[in-house]
Amino acid sequence: MATVTINGKDVEIGSNERLNCIQAASKAGVEIPAYCWHPALSVVASCRMCLVEVGDKKPDGTVAMQPKLVPGCQTPVKDGTVIIADSQKVKDARKATLEYLLLNHPLDCPTCDQAGECYLQDYSFDYGRGYSRLNEPKNIKPDKDYIGDQITLFTDRCIMCTRCVRFTREVSGSAELQVVSRGSHEEIDIFPGHPVNNPLAGNVVDLCPVGALCSKDFLYQQRVWWLKSTNSVCQGCSTGCSVTVDQNEDRVYRLKPRHNELAQGHFMCDEGRFGWKYTHSEQRLTAPQTRSNGHAAPLSWEDLLVSVRSALQKAASGKQSLAAVLSPWMTVEEAWMLAVFMRSISPQAVLAVGPVRVEGSDQHFPQDLRGNVVEPVKFTIRAEKCPNRAGVQAVVAHFMNDPMPYEELLRLASSGQFSAVYLTGGDPQGWISELQAEAFSDVETVVLQDCLPSPVLQHATHILPSATFVERDGTVVNHRGLAQLIRRAVRGPDGSRPDSRILWELSGRSGLFQAEALRAEIAAAVPALANLTDPAIRTTGVLLGAPQPAAAQTT
Amino acid sequence: MATFEPALFARINKPDSAALKTYQADGGYSRLKEFLSMAPGDVTNIVKDSGLRGRGGAGFPTGLKWTFLPKDHPGPIYLAINADESEPGTFNNRYLMELDPHQLIEGIILACHAIRSQKAYLYLRYEYGTSYRVLDNAIRECRAAGILGTNILGTGVNCDIVLHRGAGAYICGEETGLIESLEGKRAWPRIKPPFPAIEGLFRKPTIVNNVETLCCVTQILYRGTEWFKSIGVPPDPNNPRDPGSFGPKLYCVSGHVNRPCCVELPLGVTARELIEEHAGGVWKGRRAKAVVPGGISMGFLSSSELDTKLDFAGPGRVGCLGLGTAAVVVVDDQTSMVDVLYNCCRFMSHESCGQCTPCREGTAWMTKILERIRTGQGRSEDLDLLLEVAGSMGIIPGTTICGLSDGAAWPVKNAINKFRGEFEDYIRSRRASVTSAQKLMAVH
Repeated sequence: MATVTINGKDVEIGSNERLNCIQAASKAGVEIPAYCWHPALSVVASCRMCLVEVGDKKPDGTVAMQPKLVPGCQTPVKDGTVIIADSQKVKDARKATLEYLLLNHPLDCPTCDQAGECYLQDYSFDYGRGYSRLNEPKNIKPDKDYIGDQITLFTDRCIMCTRCVRFTREVSGSAELQVVSRGSHEEIDIFPGHPVNNPLAGNVVDLCPVGALCSKDFLYQQRVWWLKSTNSVCQGCSTGCSVTVDQNEDRVYRLKPRHNELAQGHFMCDEGRFGWKYTHSEQRLTAPQTRSNGHAAPLSWEDLLVSVRSALQKAASGKQSLAAVLSPWMTVEEAWMLAVFMRSISPQAVLAVGPVRVEGSDQHFPQDLRGNVVEPVKFTIRAEKCPNRAGVQAVVAHFMNDPMPYEELLRLASSGQFSAVYLTGGDPQGWISELQAEAFSDVETVVLQDCLPSPVLQHATHILPSATFVERDGTVVNHRGLAQLIRRAVRGPDGSRPDSRILWELSGRSGLFQAEALRAEIAAAVPALANLTDPAIRTTGVLLGAPQPAAAQTT
Repeated sequence: MATFEPALFARINKPDSAALKTYQADGGYSRLKEFLSMAPGDVTNIVKDSGLRGRGGAGFPTGLKWTFLPKDHPGPIYLAINADESEPGTFNNRYLMELDPHQLIEGIILACHAIRSQKAYLYLRYEYGTSYRVLDNAIRECRAAGILGTNILGTGVNCDIVLHRGAGAYICGEETGLIESLEGKRAWPRIKPPFPAIEGLFRKPTIVNNVETLCCVTQILYRGTEWFKSIGVPPDPNNPRDPGSFGPKLYCVSGHVNRPCCVELPLGVTARELIEEHAGGVWKGRRAKAVVPGGISMGFLSSSELDTKLDFAGPGRVGCLGLGTAAVVVVDDQTSMVDVLYNCCRFMSHESCGQCTPCREGTAWMTKILERIRTGQGRSEDLDLLLEVAGSMGIIPGTTICGLSDGAAWPVKNAINKFRGEFEDYIRSRRASVTSAQKLMAVH
């Protein structure tokens, strides 16, 4: 253990931890302001916002301070390091740096997207001088909306921290961004005709500590202080990036990555970042109904659930068996409830994990300009495009030693082996083709629980409009067996219901859906999922152990 | 000083002085084989004993710098030669490169041997076209004669020189900026540590030396440390940290003098002597108002400080930043210090690499303030503001990565502290040095 003193307060640092002054200070609850430093990028020590006084405590107890200010980001701490971050000298340096940064800044906070979550605002408020001594004209630099398809650059707001430049060089590897010109006329720019359109491009907007790089999708949509953030998990691929869902009045405005070393680190890909749009699709299923011979009969949810239960019970009384397709887009809780429910109706009910969409192969970053992956890998977009294959598989494996492959289930369905099937969807890119849907054309009872229309809709006898991930609570398990919580951020459109509530009521459970109670029930029953009760699941998630091998991954 | 014999400039006035055969005729390369047979550490010790300090501006002891390399490094180790010579008023390296390139090449070979490097990169200021052609020719001559390349003169020592032309920026003269530029990157100085001796060019141990320093190495090996130490100023006995200022130095005198020149003199000559005896005095019969001791980033000597000894310690005693490149620029008494300072600030803000906030914004702000003063819009509080800005930037307060902004701050501090009355009069008089048309065209 090493002891570091920050503003007179001692803090213990693990002997294996290699921390700089900023990180050590944050352990002691002291914030050292910084712009250019980011834990996932290289250190340039150029913004000079994190200047502190640093010294060494000698064995005899005396302290020798370095005469100059040093950048906290560049200065590693060791046993006996003394950091002073609240002296007049440090405060004066911060004040001076902020004054410099604001000299040519347009101060257009009223119309800036970043206002409210801007480090220039926050640090000016905390450490700045409150008025400008500039009596000369400011430099005016042109805005660059050509910088990327999803990104725009308000050049004059830029403080030249170069986080974005380093991101494209060190994480995406595509190196589109660069610094041009010199001195106070410096600007961030691209090489003409090579905009920032790499699959991780959106991260530069999050990295930008000020309002220079903005997302075209979010631009002028909402003031950030109206947004409410909910922790969730991206559903785009089995990496399962930790995210926050930012919404206001039941409308999602953006997804932002949430730092989680167990999941993905600091970043997320654009596919996931903009992958929530289907939530507000006009196509959403919103009418609970039964259908027979092409005639739709709208029903109240209560009547529909009664109808579903009686139809399934009727089917179970016959010779043929029941089957359920558990989509890898379901949460563990939903899969558990559906499996338990199906087995309660028919102990022989067949369970199958729904189709796992696999696109190409895993994309690792950084990639150089020829597309070769550069070690060490800093981010991966996985080919498996669903959030919870591992979790659903674990549930199904608990009920069936030899789970039925989805293709086998389709084959048996088309040969008339099932009297009733319970289908769950959830994949916004579509999970079933016209041809596959034909397999269910002759099944007597087809219960479809999905949020968007699909080819199987025409064969469904009971349609249960369900919810997207931002409208539900539950657990998803990523590629490496990390169980994380998705949380309800918005209410779904009228007529739809969260899957969890549908299944809770269908199973005849009393009261309201309780994810935590269900997790306890699952953890007690399924050894592979025993870790679900770990309280860490609410923050970083918990590792369940090795995930099941994916049948679909062989493609 | 009448007995002083130029050493670095001993050959520059001879006909065809840049050619290999004339250099050899004058004894050049005659003992190279002998020196290359010595152990590298012995060469380093000779340079260390001589007390040679870097001629590029900072005055760091050269032999000591060489010992900072990691011991027993498997290599490669590189030597980078700083020939970017971009400090305004400095042109001594150009004389050395154009008129006696083999003295430099021999110094490079010796330095490479001392630091166990087999490759030297010579970073040449782009604007020096003639130097490029002369050096390129000299390097070819040496390769043909077996003086450069593998197994030099049968000693088993390998050394070659890569001649690299810069792309024209002041900051490329900063040693880590130079290394970045050599690597093909934007010349943004690196954060230190690690110092180049540990991790420099292509992430390998690298020594960066100035052209004049390496020419001194040649002279020290041929003439001996005793000769070198007999010239210059010994250490101040009252300051144990002063390594002294030994050896000859090339002084460049320019500005408002009758005869701008580059002259070799012992370290410690006074500014007055340089102006009066070597540069033909201040022009048009005027008097010197201010003298830059060693490039504009070192600040100004006032007219009462002209007897300051221009050795490594002298300018610092009167508030200047140091000796710098020993480029003496004379400002006559008819010139406004406001205009002089504006010119300095404009240069520095144009050349700031833009990496560190205080330098990027501070240099430009000081230029804008001076620009406003020059249009007659000055305010009395501007001078204190300028001093405050200048005081907050540089590696001396610890707010920047490299020393460019110290060099930008120093002329401001010196000019306002030493010529405050003139600045106040200028502001009070609401005089304007620039017309509104010039103001419109101002580029900074």
